[in-house]
Amino acid sequence: MSTVVPPPATPPLRAHDTRASSRRPSAGYWTGFVVVVTALALAPLVLPEFWQRFTTEILIWGLLAMSSDLLIGYTGMVSFGHSAFFGLGVYGAAAAMLWAPKTGWAAAAWGATPKLWGAIAAGLVAAGIAAVFVAFFSTRLRDIYFAITTLVFSQIFYVVIFTLTDVTGGENGLTFGRPPFAIPGLFSVPFTSDGLHWFVMAVVALSYLALRRITQSPFGMVLQSIRENEARTRAVGYHVERYKIVSVMLSGLFAGLAGVLYALQNKFAAPDFVLFLISGETVIYNVMGGIGTLVGPIAGAAFFLLMKEVFSRIFYEYYLIPVGVIFTLMVIFLPQGLLGFLRRRLNA
Amino acid sequence: MPFDEILVQIVNGLVNGMILALVASGLTLIFGIMDIVNFAHGDLFMLGAYVGTTTYLVTGSFWASLVGAVLVIGTLGAVLQVIALRPLVGRDPLTTILATFGMSLVIENYALWQYGPVPRKIPEPVTAQFPLFYVQYPWYRILVAALSAAIIGGLYLFMKYGKHGIWIRATTQDRVMAAAMGIPVPWVHTIVFAIGAGMAAASGVLFGPFVGVNHAMGFDFTLRAFVVVVVGGMGNLGGSILASIFVSLLESLASIWVSPAQAIIVSFVALILTLLIRPTGLFVPTPK
Repeated sequence: MSTVVPPPATPPLRAHDTRASSRRPSAGYWTGFVVVVTALALAPLVLPEFWQRFTTEILIWGLLAMSSDLLIGYTGMVSFGHSAFFGLGVYGAAAAMLWAPKTGWAAAAWGATPKLWGAIAAGLVAAGIAAVFVAFFSTRLRDIYFAITTLVFSQIFYVVIFTLTDVTGGENGLTFGRPPFAIPGLFSVPFTSDGLHWFVMAVVALSYLALRRITQSPFGMVLQSIRENEARTRAVGYHVERYKIVSVMLSGLFAGLAGVLYALQNKFAAPDFVLFLISGETVIYNVMGGIGTLVGPIAGAAFFLLMKEVFSRIFYEYYLIPVGVIFTLMVIFLPQGLLGFLRRRLNA
Repeated sequence: MPFDEILVQIVNGLVNGMILALVASGLTLIFGIMDIVNFAHGDLFMLGAYVGTTTYLVTGSFWASLVGAVLVIGTLGAVLQVIALRPLVGRDPLTTILATFGMSLVIENYALWQYGPVPRKIPEPVTAQFPLFYVQYPWYRILVAALSAAIIGGLYLFMKYGKHGIWIRATTQDRVMAAAMGIPVPWVHTIVFAIGAGMAAASGVLFGPFVGVNHAMGFDFTLRAFVVVVVGGMGNLGGSILASIFVSLLESLASIWVSPAQAIIVSFVALILTLLIRPTGLFVPTPK
């Protein structure tokens, strides 16, 4: 029995086989990663209170934008409904904070779980259920139709949350306390603002690594193949719809995680977080930062929020006028976004 | 079963359906010819209504404000198309969604800045009413439905028999061939966008007296128009008109039992069912 396997006569069918062997992550990439993470970790120690909170917010919105990049940049589907997943993450966390099962084993299990992890679990479950629902229907459509359908779905969630005043508080929303940072049986300490920043940073960094792993896995390669040529991917034998559904669900879960983080930071839930404006801003972050890079959307969020900060000092509440103009100009003249030029390297 | 209440709601549904059809046919026209999903359509509708209020203040005539709003918004549409959308021809259709979304942000906030958050009123030109079962039904609503039908009918005749309408249809069928025949395709695109914008403005002014004119009124209509356009089959003019009436009837009937805010969910459900059963829309032949 020979141990030498003869090379296949035809090139391997699956794209990832060729790709995984040809390129390895470069040292430069990881150096950059470590530098950025270190800088973000040190940020709360040097920045004043306002800008520290600002940085935390950028990370949260960045995570939301990154989750949407999995669809926009890697699967080629523009979602205009990410606010649904984000908002349900917020409301899921709120539900975990405000309501708890009172009797039976559920109450015992709930009592033993620290609220922080309970909130994360509840937010992910809420966003996940929404994502299953949206994914099942919207992935039947492509391109513009997909965008419109996701928008309509997010609006369904908005109307439901807005009108179910008994449960969701309607327009007033819900307020709740921030749970302590806890690991069961070990410790439980209240979040300081530095601590919250580091927690958010850790979650976002881990999510980034997870999303990066997903996009580079065979599964992610299929997604990118759908983006490049859906008909051919189908012809090769992949069940395109199934891949799309899973990609919408994964994206929804990460968006829900961003929602939980936002709930932790701001301690309230309001229907505005489900409103389509959030979805629109998510798309703006992606386009400004550069789609298909995962890092780009975070940069886009930072750029957008900085612009918003600057322009709202000049134009007050009408800051969206100059921002809209700049966005439109970027769509026309800089379609790759700020970090688009790094796309190849960031995906290596 | 309150039979007369149902009949009144059916009349309401038909009237709302005709206004929605006017908005949606502009959207469909633009999509069918340029593959552009105009996210700013609802905002042009809203800005049209605002321009109508301004013109009304100046001239004191409702009909003058209708014409004024159509001209101003039509011109604005042409300018926007030349500046922002012409460079995007030939790119991924999704980039046009993004560009029009940017426009929508600018227009909505401009209206908020210029006109403030307090709703403005356009008075009805016809205040007469007629008895319809238990309500006094305003003639103006019937007039709006008739006018919307007339504008859509005019558009249809123009597209069918007018020289420039034939240019537009030729461009829809084959852009390259139309250009080869000497049709100025880029200008056809501009004119179509202007017509669509003008129709949005007309419906904005017509709808203005029903509610106070406010900067958020466009979004509801954008959303409904999108639902209708998908249900009717994207780019299919007749389909989107039928779907407008169908969806509005459903919503009106639903609002007998639930609040109007929740009634919109009915049209969303109609969309979901359509997607399940016929993803290409109800009025488009199934692709082979």
